[in-house]
Amino acid sequence: MGFATRLVSVLVLLTAWQVAASLAGSRLLPAPLTILDFIRMEAESGDLGFNVGVTLARVAVSFLLAMLLGVMLGIALGRSKALNLALDTPLLILLNTPALVITVLAYIWVGLNEAAAVLAVVLNKLPNVAVIMREGARGLDPGLEEMARTYRFDRRTWIAHVLIPQLQPFAVAAARSGLSLAWKIVLVIELLGRPNGVGFAINFYFVQNLNVAAIIGYSVVFMSVMIAIDILLLQRLEAYVRRWR
Amino acid sequence: MSAAGAEAVADAPVLSVAIRRKVYGAGGSEPVEAVHDLAFSLNRAEITCLIGPSGAGKTTTLRILLGLDPDYDGSVTPDPAQAGISMVFQEPRLLPWRTVEQNVRLALPRPERGRDLDALFASLGLTPWRGRFPGALSLGMARRVALARALALQPRILVLDEPFVSLDDAAAAALRAIVVETVERAGVSVLMVTHNVAEAIEIADRLILLSPRPASLTATVPLALPRGQRDRAWADATRRDLAIRYPGVIAA
Repeated sequence: MGFATRLVSVLVLLTAWQVAASLAGSRLLPAPLTILDFIRMEAESGDLGFNVGVTLARVAVSFLLAMLLGVMLGIALGRSKALNLALDTPLLILLNTPALVITVLAYIWVGLNEAAAVLAVVLNKLPNVAVIMREGARGLDPGLEEMARTYRFDRRTWIAHVLIPQLQPFAVAAARSGLSLAWKIVLVIELLGRPNGVGFAINFYFVQNLNVAAIIGYSVVFMSVMIAIDILLLQRLEAYVRRWR
Repeated sequence: MSAAGAEAVADAPVLSVAIRRKVYGAGGSEPVEAVHDLAFSLNRAEITCLIGPSGAGKTTTLRILLGLDPDYDGSVTPDPAQAGISMVFQEPRLLPWRTVEQNVRLALPRPERGRDLDALFASLGLTPWRGRFPGALSLGMARRVALARALALQPRILVLDEPFVSLDDAAAAALRAIVVETVERAGVSVLMVTHNVAEAIEIADRLILLSPRPASLTATVPLALPRGQRDRAWADATRRDLAIRYPGVIAA
């Protein structure tokens, strides 16, 4: 029933769009079928696969790096008052610096290269992950800590069975919000200073000939890939982490 | 320890606690004295109940006895790390993300985790629950799991913090029977912290009465009548007598 409702709502939306587009008759409002046509052609030429692949690789590398560093930083901040006091303000500044500013500065200081691109995404995303993980590390159950001490849990047992299970829900939440953030930033970074990727392609069709079908086509394909990753990977991970509830 | 060795020390206390003074907040704020001149010992195969008004420093005493708080003036012998103490907390403090069985096994030292625990689970009526997560258990069942975790270590001393509180009568009675059975079968020494005098009078061999904060020893009261012969009239009379002798500790 829920699925049928969703399907109907999408179909109604697509039909309305198709009708509106044919009434308008402008290439600035391309019909869904026109976009589908573009996607097919771009896929056949190989450009679509190449650009989506390049962007995915950038998202993957910077996402994993930001998660790794953010998780470690967040746990350290949550467990050490002194460290938290020292880094709270810089973190707050970074958290409120516009993604665009970080990106431009990274390109200026590091150069127009792949390292700068990855650095920019990591710096954009890391504070979010760290702040979420800090909450997790602060909220560790003191009763379980005392139990673990009383029963003399060794360090390995404590990490695997007491610490990590308490942080897992926070890590998954950080991953889900972080992934959507990362890919949106990657597109901006590509637009500003990379010679390939989805962001580059969208900029190319914008500057070249205002090809709206191409712009929407690329976004639709990439959005679909990211939603698929969220549903197939992250949501399953979340369900697994919460299986004991 | 050899059998002969065990025989020789059978009458010696399994644990002696002597706290001269325990003060909180010695650093910045106004220091508060939580415990003052409290000494008692625990004997093999005996149930000792620690009774006192809330805020009397029972928890502080337990933390010292468990070796969780080294910052006090006094001594615990043998050292809590070597005394063979297992603890059952008031809230069961199970790992909610691990099954009943894993919760029990994780308390064991690594080489012993694979040990056969069938008899232990069976004796506590937990066999059907071994694969379940603690969230699926009632409080009474969760306390049994916590007790199983404590007993899996084959302790010499079992410390129970308000083990029967918030249980319905049947669940409390069942758990009490298990504790008594453990003491009588395995010779474990039990220290039970409670504010429920009736419960203590029902199962204890000895009562240790604490004064209000700072906790100090008011009296040690042996209950000589064997557990099997205790009845309602005896319990009521004992309680009235205690209330008259120790009005600050035992409510009438």
